[in-house]
Amino acid sequence: MPWNDQSGGNNNGGGRGPWGQGPSGGGGGGQGGGQGPDLEDLLKRGQDRFRRATGGGGAGGLGIGGLILIALLGFGMWISTGVYVVDAGEVGVILRFGKHVRDETPGLHIHAPYPIETHYTPNVEQERRVNVGATEPGERRSANLAPERLMLTGDENIVEIDFTVQWNITDAAAYLFNVENPEDAVRDAAQSALREVVGQSTLETLLTSERLPVEVRVQEISQGVLDEYEAGIIINRVNLQNVLPPPPVQAAFDDVQSAEQDEITFQEDANREAVSRVENARGRASAIVLAGEAYRDQTIAQAQGEAARFVSIYDEYALAPEVTRQRMYLETMERVFGGMDKIIIDESGSGNGVVPYLPLNELQNSGVRPTSR
Amino acid sequence: MRYFAILGMIIVVAVVATASSALYTVQETEFAIVLQFGRPVGQEDTPGLHVKMPFIQQVERMDRRVLVLDTRPERVLSVEQRPIIIDTYTRWRIVDPLAFYQTTRTRGQADLNLTNLMRSNLRAVVGDVTFETLLSPARGQLMQDTQELINAQSERWGIEIVDVRILRADLPDEIEQTVFNRMNAERQAVARESRARGQAEALRITARAERDAVVLLANAERQAQITRGEGDAERNRVFAEAYGRDADFFAFYRAMLAYENALQNDNTRLVLSPDSEFFRYFADPMGTGE
Repeated sequence: MPWNDQSGGNNNGGGRGPWGQGPSGGGGGGQGGGQGPDLEDLLKRGQDRFRRATGGGGAGGLGIGGLILIALLGFGMWISTGVYVVDAGEVGVILRFGKHVRDETPGLHIHAPYPIETHYTPNVEQERRVNVGATEPGERRSANLAPERLMLTGDENIVEIDFTVQWNITDAAAYLFNVENPEDAVRDAAQSALREVVGQSTLETLLTSERLPVEVRVQEISQGVLDEYEAGIIINRVNLQNVLPPPPVQAAFDDVQSAEQDEITFQEDANREAVSRVENARGRASAIVLAGEAYRDQTIAQAQGEAARFVSIYDEYALAPEVTRQRMYLETMERVFGGMDKIIIDESGSGNGVVPYLPLNELQNSGVRPTSR
Repeated sequence: MRYFAILGMIIVVAVVATASSALYTVQETEFAIVLQFGRPVGQEDTPGLHVKMPFIQQVERMDRRVLVLDTRPERVLSVEQRPIIIDTYTRWRIVDPLAFYQTTRTRGQADLNLTNLMRSNLRAVVGDVTFETLLSPARGQLMQDTQELINAQSERWGIEIVDVRILRADLPDEIEQTVFNRMNAERQAVARESRARGQAEALRITARAERDAVVLLANAERQAQITRGEGDAERNRVFAEAYGRDADFFAFYRAMLAYENALQNDNTRLVLSPDSEFFRYFADPMGTGE
């Protein structure tokens, strides 16, 4: 059970003796491998002394044995302070008297017990996240984070942004030893970088255009800052979660959206109305055209009918004009006179004073009667 | 024998005490300076275990990392007297631990000194430029200048300013409100314009439809009239062809038709003279007339 499992670590072996290894004393200059036998030696000597003491007699000897046991136990416990586990994804950074001496891969390890060697096990695989302007990505309720979210744009408007930064440790030692509060450094660098970028953009472009260029720019700037500190950190991604107009102007911005919708709605309504109106007109136009055609066809048909009838009658008439003419006249008059009231006045017989005395009113009354009935 | 034991114990205690006083460690994150009766006599930069004179020398440790200076947001005026609240963050580190120890000694004192320095320099730098510059890419240069200014003044404290950056440059609340008002007004104008544009376009669409409808109807009317005209023309042609055979007979025939059609109504009363042609044989069977 060599307490110094690192065979090469003899750079300050000389100083080790006076510190932790009092009992083995003179072995201080030697290599780690030599310590085991010394320990056994010590044990053996202790046992010898124990035997001698018990031989000497009494309970006092038992006390010495117990003391040795306790000392051994204490020694074991002290040694166990050097046992440590490096989990998957972690790096074991080993310090000897505060000096960084080596890194260890995941697994169970042992180093020289405290206070000679100490260790840190930062996780270098795990992606870390810093939220700025919100406690959780996407959540923006917390009002006291508002100053973090609100920022001035290049055209002197104010925009509200919350974002997250995803980062990793690339150099465990640099991460541990170079910067005070590395996590704050990430947050500050990203926040400052974002404001720089926003300060050079217009509100319009921030709200409407792609976020990726902004994110990439922020990532570049903050990475540059962290590199300057030699922070041992790489920024993997900057995510703008929300890019919004601030609450006091939110309603106005929303109204612009709905106004744009209204603009489209107005036009669509008008279009629908227009289509129906034009279609209606088209229908009426067809009706008019058809009515015209109907008139034409009807007129022609009638004309042809009448003409044909005339022609037939004429053909008949042409055979015996005089007779036919007379007959037609009489037949017509027969039909015409047959259906109406007739008053025949012989003017030649009664002189020429009769017509003025005709009871026209009565005639009319009797004429009205059938219609009023 | 007992004396030897006691002497041995004393020697062991003395050795342990001396060793623990003679040895000291320096962490990776630290500088150490060695003081002899309070007077700095040495500096240890390399981490690890080191030896000093026991009892008469003490060790002071100082952080060698990049340190944070957290300053409160500062209200400053740009050259055109516009107020702006600037929140900066400063990263600094101790480069000369001895000088630092002699002039400043503690972190708290250093923070105080740097804050004051920061405040006055920021005012000076920002007060020299326009508000617009503060938002422009030149802001990086501005911070560079501030950093150099502070660096020059903090050098005597053994401090190096690593970075000065604007964390936030915001408007004071009352100015912010006017910005919000302006933004609201702008958005409202845009919204009004959108709606007005939509309404104008809607009117245009409706009017265009109205015109199309009217034109459609007018064209149809024209078409219909032409068609009717064709009909009438054909009718005339047909009649002319038919009636042209005998104009005299046509006149007679048409008159007969007209009588029949015109006098169909039985309301009609005829006052006739027996002298008319119809009654030619009424009184005179020979029909010779007068």
